[in-house]
Amino acid sequence: MVKAIDTRIVDDLVRNEISFATTVPCKQLAGVIEAVDNNNRIMHVPSNKEDEGMGLCAGAYMGGKRPCIIMQNTAIGVVINTLATLIQYYQIPLPMLISYRGEIGEKVACQVEMAVHTKALLNQLAIPTYHFHNAEDVDELDGILKYTQMCKKPTAILTDASFWSSAQ
Amino acid sequence: MIRSDVLKSLIPVISDQLVVCNIGLPSQELFMFDDQPSNFYMLGTMGLSSSIGLGLALVQPKKVIAIDGDGSVLTNLASLSTIANNDCGNYILLIIDNGSYGSTGDQPTYAGRKTSLAAVAKACGCENVVECDAVETAATVKAALDADQMTVIIAKCQSGNIDVPVIEMNPVMIRERFMAEVRR
Repeated sequence: MVKAIDTRIVDDLVRNEISFATTVPCKQLAGVIEAVDNNNRIMHVPSNKEDEGMGLCAGAYMGGKRPCIIMQNTAIGVVINTLATLIQYYQIPLPMLISYRGEIGEKVACQVEMAVHTKALLNQLAIPTYHFHNAEDVDELDGILKYTQMCKKPTAILTDASFWSSAQ
Repeated sequence: MIRSDVLKSLIPVISDQLVVCNIGLPSQELFMFDDQPSNFYMLGTMGLSSSIGLGLALVQPKKVIAIDGDGSVLTNLASLSTIANNDCGNYILLIIDNGSYGSTGDQPTYAGRKTSLAAVAKACGCENVVECDAVETAATVKAALDADQMTVIIAKCQSGNIDVPVIEMNPVMIRERFMAEVRR
C-alpha cells in the first residue's frame, strides 16, 4: 500500500529528474517500490540482485537517464566490488535508497548482523551516507539527490524502522 | 577460431555500433583491433556487461551490442531473465562461449561441460536465441542488427588467448566519449 511518505519520496525523485529505477524488494520498501512502479515518469526495471541492478543503472545513465537503486542494506554485502569498480571508477551518480534493517524496532535477529556492518562498509568505501531516523528527515532527500548529481558519486540514504513507522 | 579471431571478424559489423564489452581480454582485444568512442570498455566488475547493455538499450533507441563471455554470464545468470522480461528490439547480447575463463588462464567453465547457455536463455524467456559456430558469428550479428528484435547469440569458439596490452585509458574518458556517441 502506498503511503504519503512513499509518494513524497517518489515526487522528490521525479523533481530531480530521476527517470530510471531498479529495485530489489524489502518489506520496508514495499510502498515506495509500488509508488515507483505506478509513476509513469520513472522507468522501473526490477533486478534479481543488486549488482545486476547497478549494471542496469550504469547503462541507463550512459543512455542519458538519471538512475536510482532501491534496495536493502544487506545488499551492501553484494555490491562492494560493483560500487568500487563501476559506479565510483566511472564516476556515475547513483542515489541508493536503502532500507536499514536490523536497527531499533527490528524483529528478525539475523538482520542485525549486517546492520552492524552497514555504516562501517559505506564509510570504508567513502560513500556519502545519510540516515533517516525521524519522519522529518525526509526533508533532506531533495538536497541529497542534487548533491549526488553534482559530485557524480554513489550516495547512501539509510531509512530505518523508526523512520518508516513515524512517517505517514 | 579463438575469441580474438571472433572479435576481429566482427569489426566490419560492429565498428559503427554502440558496443558494451566484457572485462579483461575481450575489451583489450577490441581496443587493440578497433578502438572506437562507441565502445564502452569494462575495466572491472565481472558479469555486468549484459546488464549495462540492457540498461542502455532500454532508455534510448540506438542499437546496443553487449559482448559477454560464458564465464561472465554464469556469474550473472539471472540477467537473462531480466533481459527476457524487458524486451527491447535494439538489444543484442553476444556471448562468446569458449568454454573457459580466458582472462584468468583458461580454467574450464561449466558452459564448456554440461550447461547450455542457449537452453538457459530460452528457459529464462528469451525468444530469439541463436547458437552459432565461431565462423558464423559476424553474419549472425549482422542478421540480428537487421532484424530489429532482441537477440541472444551464443557463438561457440575454441579457448586460447593472444598477447594484448592493458587499456590505460582513463575510465571517465571511456564513459564520456561513449556517452557523446550515444547522444550523437
